[in-house]
Amino acid sequence: MAGRIIAVVALTAFLCGISFATFSELRIFLPAMLRGAVVTLQVSILSAVLFIVMSFLAGIAKDSGTRLVRWLAIGYIEVFRGTSLLVQLFWLYFVLPEFGIVLSPMMAGVLGVGLNFGAYGAEIVRGAMLAVPRGQQEASVALNLSDRACLIRIVIPQAVVVMIPGMTNLTIELIKATALVSAVTLVDITYASVQQNQLHYRTLEIFTITVMLYYCFAQFIRFGGSALEDRFSRHLRRGH
Amino acid sequence: MDWRWDFTFDVVIPRLWEAAGVTVYATVASFLLALVGGLILMLLKTSKNRMVSFAVTEFIELIRATPLLVQIFFLFFLLPEVGITLPPLTSGIIAIALYNSTLCAEVYRAGLQAVPRGQWEAAMALNLSTYRTFRRIIIPQSLPPIVPALGNYLIAIFKETPLLSFVAVGEIMHASKLIGSEYYRFTEAVTIAGVFFLVMSLVSAQLVRLVETYLQRSIQR
Repeated sequence: MAGRIIAVVALTAFLCGISFATFSELRIFLPAMLRGAVVTLQVSILSAVLFIVMSFLAGIAKDSGTRLVRWLAIGYIEVFRGTSLLVQLFWLYFVLPEFGIVLSPMMAGVLGVGLNFGAYGAEIVRGAMLAVPRGQQEASVALNLSDRACLIRIVIPQAVVVMIPGMTNLTIELIKATALVSAVTLVDITYASVQQNQLHYRTLEIFTITVMLYYCFAQFIRFGGSALEDRFSRHLRRGH
Repeated sequence: MDWRWDFTFDVVIPRLWEAAGVTVYATVASFLLALVGGLILMLLKTSKNRMVSFAVTEFIELIRATPLLVQIFFLFFLLPEVGITLPPLTSGIIAIALYNSTLCAEVYRAGLQAVPRGQWEAAMALNLSTYRTFRRIIIPQSLPPIVPALGNYLIAIFKETPLLSFVAVGEIMHASKLIGSEYYRFTEAVTIAGVFFLVMSLVSAQLVRLVETYLQRSIQR
């Protein structure tokens, strides 16, 4: 694990170093690509927050006792999983203004990616909560805990351990999916590299750097995920 | 908001219907390629040769960690530079197939590993040939976990095809973008495209579920 972290940090440092030293041509197009990388990071972080919030909301709502809440959650999940992300982004950016809601490209991108992945995450959250033994809930009824206290203090903490691997994978998918926000005129890494490619025709260098940047982002999420998993499963190892 | 039904029926639906053919073609072609590609990658990954299996494992990692859109652009811009000129549709299909074959490889591997070791040993003890071991013992048992997963990837590929509109392949998303910019009316075109995807993926999810139950029953018989 430590070896891989070092390898990825070295790769990132190498990519940065390469821009200022080795190839003079890179100096022309790398600033634009790094500006794109910043946009990708912003979109990723904001939409990851929305994704986590939505997956918890929809995942919990899908098993709610109220029929209306349950149907809302099912509708949300089916609509956002059933249509492709690109269509949703287009809809948010080009069709919503018809209803009088004008979103900035950044807002549309974050909303589209976050809501789309929230629908996938909802199933993971729901599955993880079902994996908590029923006895836990019965015990909290016996202890006279309120429904909310049972959910927040008993079920969710135990479900988090189960959902971390799935959520980590989805977060990596989410970072990759942010490549689509160029459809709503955001200049992220992908769009920047297409632009720079049209200007300078250095396809191999430009796209190799793009691929490597995404690879580094994904690796960081993966380390973060396994660190979180270690932290949250600590109580399972204790005493063994 | 003004939704114009005459515009929807006269312009949007006929043009999207034409484009739907390209979407379906791209989906089916890249799914079939991904099935074969996944098998090859899986075989290479489990190869006895350390170098080969290491290289293939890292390759799969790299493909899986980068966005499909970047790969589509990569192939689209890079292939002409090395002297291979392909139509955008073909290079797009290759990119989607490559991306999904890395996923399929994992599915195959998981399916084969789900067969208990004792089955292999029993087949050996019964002196079955390799072909009969695979045909009669291993493959029937590894199918139930594999098929639903592959079906899900078919639906996933279907939803990935709009990415091809970035390289000007005339599929549904591209058609609706064109309609939008020709008439400056995005509402109908993008909404109908969305409804098309929703209906198609709900229907195909149902189909996958049917195949799954059919398979389960035919194997238990």
